[in-house]
Amino acid sequence: MIRFEKVNKWFGPYHALVDVTETITQGEVVVVCGPSGSGKSTLIRTLNRLEPIQSGSISIDGQDIHRRGLDVNAFRSRIGFLFQQFNLFPHLSVLDNCTLAPVSLKRVPPAQAREHALALLDRVGLAHKAQAWPSELSGGQQQRVAIARALAMQPPIMLFDEPTSALDPEMVGEVLLVIRDLVRDGMTLVVVTHEMGFARDVAHRVLFMDEGRVLERASPDDFFNRPQHPRAQQFLSDIRSPFARAA
Amino acid sequence: MIELVQTYWLYFLVGQYPKGPLGGLALTVLLAALALVLALPLGVALGLARTSPRRALRWPVTALVFVVRGLPLLMVIFWAYFFLPSVTGRKTDQFTTMLIALVVFDGVYLAEIVRAGILAIPKGQFESALSLGLSTPRTMRLVILPQALRHMLPSLVNQFVATIKETSLGYIIGLTEVSFIAAQINTQVFTRATEVYLLLGLTYFVLCFGLSRFAFRLEQRLSRREAARLAPAASHPPLKAVA
Repeated sequence: MIRFEKVNKWFGPYHALVDVTETITQGEVVVVCGPSGSGKSTLIRTLNRLEPIQSGSISIDGQDIHRRGLDVNAFRSRIGFLFQQFNLFPHLSVLDNCTLAPVSLKRVPPAQAREHALALLDRVGLAHKAQAWPSELSGGQQQRVAIARALAMQPPIMLFDEPTSALDPEMVGEVLLVIRDLVRDGMTLVVVTHEMGFARDVAHRVLFMDEGRVLERASPDDFFNRPQHPRAQQFLSDIRSPFARAA
Repeated sequence: MIELVQTYWLYFLVGQYPKGPLGGLALTVLLAALALVLALPLGVALGLARTSPRRALRWPVTALVFVVRGLPLLMVIFWAYFFLPSVTGRKTDQFTTMLIALVVFDGVYLAEIVRAGILAIPKGQFESALSLGLSTPRTMRLVILPQALRHMLPSLVNQFVATIKETSLGYIIGLTEVSFIAAQINTQVFTRATEVYLLLGLTYFVLCFGLSRFAFRLEQRLSRREAARLAPAASHPPLKAVA
């Protein structure tokens, strides 16, 4: 269980997260949406300590994750993090990207790590690209490799920071399919995304953020059909008919 | 000139060896090679410290870089020559003195090259390595440095070539490297300075040019491999190196 308790975060004078209090239960799939600059990415980046917080606390299974003395590396290895820009290691083959962390951290014998990585690559439909270089792959393929790479550490929680925003439209589907596959496994997922169709299909809950605050938390059905907060209503009407307001 | 070479070639190459200490071109090459081999790891270590978020690491190294960079190499050699023995209480031989001076001096310059190379790697590479659970040292060793060193290669070679030429300053503390030997030969034959120093210049040029060519080849091989990665199905053969 993930618990945010009155979390505040500033970038200099900019108040990026304002008193965020939120609970995410195990196995829950939460989609975080909201306009850009609303603090969605910052929120999930604080969840694996890529960003420090200035006040409040974040705990996972009762353990404060921003406390001093926490073994950050061991902690991070239990949380998969997916980036908008994939961030595969360009100097390593697809397979080596997936085995680097398990081999160097968990002391899994290389042969076993390779076998596991190949199974994961097969799961994301890319076993035939195991020996390829990241630069030979399309964006969608790179993101799927990145998912396999994160899965190689067998994390119980995965965080997605706009995983399809850097992709050509025709590649979005292949990545979302892989993520949906994870949902079936009962993994805890927090997904920052603009893919509203995806949110509607797979999310258990939608969080709507603006200006560093969580303004609305609702089931996808309620959020998309009966948004309560005026800002959420505006956001939904903006993405449904982008030209309405400009006209 | 031929007669000059015929008379002095062995002296030029190895000094008084085997009757005396090793000198000449052999000593120059040995000194340069050792300086390169020792300065590179020092440069990487200092460069890492320069980019460290820890002030206790970053500040002293930054100070060292600024001090050494602000001094001529000749000064550093003098310090090593006069100052070092007063600290250790023992006279250091000229070869070791020169080696220490070169390693410190070049280590500092290499540190800045390493720093630039590290800073050029996108932040996402650090973040994705860290989020997999790799520690900062592992991230550096397994993810950042292998990419950064590749980008640094041209600047590294530049510095290595400079190191070869810097060994000639050993002359000033009486190290019998090739410039010192050339000066000796010049005093013996007396009237043929142009030829002696022309040969000396040629010698340095061949050394440096050789290293440059070697590095160029290495670069080409790496970039060809990279091109192969980017265009696996390219139908044209790889471009031939312009020799």
